[in-house]
Amino acid sequence: MSVMLRSKDLLGIRDLTPEEIKLIIDTASGFKDVLKRDIKKVPALRGKTVVNLFFEPSTRTRTSFELAAKRLSTDVINFSVPASSVVKGETLKDTALTIEALGADFVVVRHSSAGVPHFLSRILRASVINAGDGANEHPTQALLDLFTIRAHKKRIKGLIVVIIGDIAHSRVARSNIYALTKMGAKVRLVAPSTLIPLEVERLGVEVYNSVEDGIRGADVVMTLRLQLERQVKGFLPSPEEYFNLYGLTTERLRLAKKDAIVMHPGPMNRGVEIETEVADGPQSVILEQVTNGLAIRMAVLYLLSRRRRTR
Amino acid sequence: MSILIRNGYVIDPSQQIKGHRDILIKDRRIEGIYPRGKGPKARMTIDASKCVVVPGFVDMHTHLREPGYEYKETIETGTKAALRGGFTSVCPMPNTDPVNDDISVTEYMIREASRLGYASVYPVGAITKGQRGEELTEMEMLKEAGCVAFSDDGRPVMNSLIMRRALEYSKIFDLPIISHCEDINLSQGGVMNEGYVSTILGLRGIPKVSEEIMVARDIALCKLTGGRLHIAHVSTEDSVRLIREAKRMGLNITAETCPHYFTLTDESLMNYDTNLKVNPPLRTSRDVEAIKEGLADGTIDVIATDHAPHHYDDKNREFDTAAFGISGLETAFALSLRLVDEGVLDMNGLVSKMSINPARILGIQKGTLKPGAQADIIIFDPEREFTVDVERFYSKGKNSPFNGWQLRGVIVKSIVSGEVYEWE
Repeated sequence: MSVMLRSKDLLGIRDLTPEEIKLIIDTASGFKDVLKRDIKKVPALRGKTVVNLFFEPSTRTRTSFELAAKRLSTDVINFSVPASSVVKGETLKDTALTIEALGADFVVVRHSSAGVPHFLSRILRASVINAGDGANEHPTQALLDLFTIRAHKKRIKGLIVVIIGDIAHSRVARSNIYALTKMGAKVRLVAPSTLIPLEVERLGVEVYNSVEDGIRGADVVMTLRLQLERQVKGFLPSPEEYFNLYGLTTERLRLAKKDAIVMHPGPMNRGVEIETEVADGPQSVILEQVTNGLAIRMAVLYLLSRRRRTR
Repeated sequence: MSILIRNGYVIDPSQQIKGHRDILIKDRRIEGIYPRGKGPKARMTIDASKCVVVPGFVDMHTHLREPGYEYKETIETGTKAALRGGFTSVCPMPNTDPVNDDISVTEYMIREASRLGYASVYPVGAITKGQRGEELTEMEMLKEAGCVAFSDDGRPVMNSLIMRRALEYSKIFDLPIISHCEDINLSQGGVMNEGYVSTILGLRGIPKVSEEIMVARDIALCKLTGGRLHIAHVSTEDSVRLIREAKRMGLNITAETCPHYFTLTDESLMNYDTNLKVNPPLRTSRDVEAIKEGLADGTIDVIATDHAPHHYDDKNREFDTAAFGISGLETAFALSLRLVDEGVLDMNGLVSKMSINPARILGIQKGTLKPGAQADIIIFDPEREFTVDVERFYSKGKNSPFNGWQLRGVIVKSIVSGEVYEWE
């Protein structure tokens, strides 16, 4: 294959070319077939070590990375905050170097502070994979979203994708904005003005305050999890009012294209950002996103290790 | 002991001197200024050919960290770094531990600096006890002990009534109140300028209005009270505009900015380099242009460093939790000299903003080469280039985003109170 990932790390979609994004998704297709087999394991990365370094609680993403790594026959270590020495006051740098000294080939990191993966990539020889850093990026989420969209729509280019929710604090939104615009989709953002970051239009997206206006004619409707503490910080009066204004209901979904799909990165707040009927309805691909996440993460690990070997 | 500085190009805005002159120093003071070649014989002669000779710079905004944070900087390393950077006088801000809200701290700083003999130290006392923003400090006693201004720098005086009282009360002593303008409700949790770049990076933003609202408030209080207001580290376009209008109204207001605010923008943060994390934050190119205009038209009176040295461990960490600040003493002059190349200021204007202007605001007999003044003199080679190397800083704070930059303008000698420091 002529296309390769250029970096030793996956820090964000912002750094990827459209070719790299396509490469990861194409590779994930292959792994998805593996996941359908009776024996779901391949020896591709035997002898490699993956460390899940999670400074923020996460079950879904960590489990997904863990399973993806195991399907590739790596050894996986989970290093999460409560169990780690971070609480004892160890610095981020020391934690990371300790993990590398254990012989990690991949460090999958999640942290509440944006830029932590970039910091680690500068001090570690291991490949750093960003599993979510503050409000910056969550690249594997966007990749699995694109993979899911492509599986249903057979293309990305020209699609209208609407993202509803807390754009300001969402790394999922940022990664998806970069990924979707790079692949030629039209991206609309819908949120109250308090949750729209400044000058976001310059990223090539359209901004709507009205969910009805934003959703009209969309091919893909993506809602984001609303962090309930936003209310306390003055971004919103209440989750109820948020649901009234921005909750994804059956009625609102009717404004989108008939064959529109509904996505959510999880975990969902039913009755806050999405109605149960929609979450569980025929247009929802939410559980498929989870399955595809596994394939995407396998593809990322595989492609980064391939790059390391040939280097 | 007498020293003659020969053949130098002397610039002293306090006496409108611009030209080749000889300067005689005697008994630690300036004895006289003579036409080139006419200076009398002295015990020691310094040849300043091809160099510019100016009054020692006055940095009215420095953090020396001692007492309390000696692992970041000490009075010794800080005042030596100051001399290296051309500053023969520095004004340490009161956010030490304990806070400089008590004459024991003021006296300690001055005593320690004078024992060392590097740059002279003119402390800035706190406006409020413990910098808590609640009760005024004993300003008269602090002044007697040697404080030359008052500030709660590092944090704002959020309570408008306390700020009003400070501006009123300090009038008795004719000392300026230096305001750190930041509405902390608006800036809370922010780590960089709020705008397109913070949107991209997913970092919490500090909006420009958090500064501008407080500039506007303080101008209103200045108008009400007739007190002396000095705005610290101006970083935004609208702050410049507000100050310009206030000056037009004839208010008793002065302002400073720092080299990073006319040199860098928030675009430089794209790689999450914590050495670029500073408060107020680096703004946009529009703000940089406005600050240059403010410097050019006199709205901004002073270039100060806001030298904020930090330990490596304070910076080498998560962006969100890394310390704010730039170690600035040893790069400020060369960065400011770029303003002359760009035509923003002429050499005379630049020297004014780094010497006589801050000295006048603080009411100290510095920043001048007038006969009788303490012999604080800087000799620099305006053409020589150098590469910034933080490992060679005298400051303990290696936290400079300018490391590796190629700059022009090398300070060759710093003379403080007749004592000559030669740099190599």
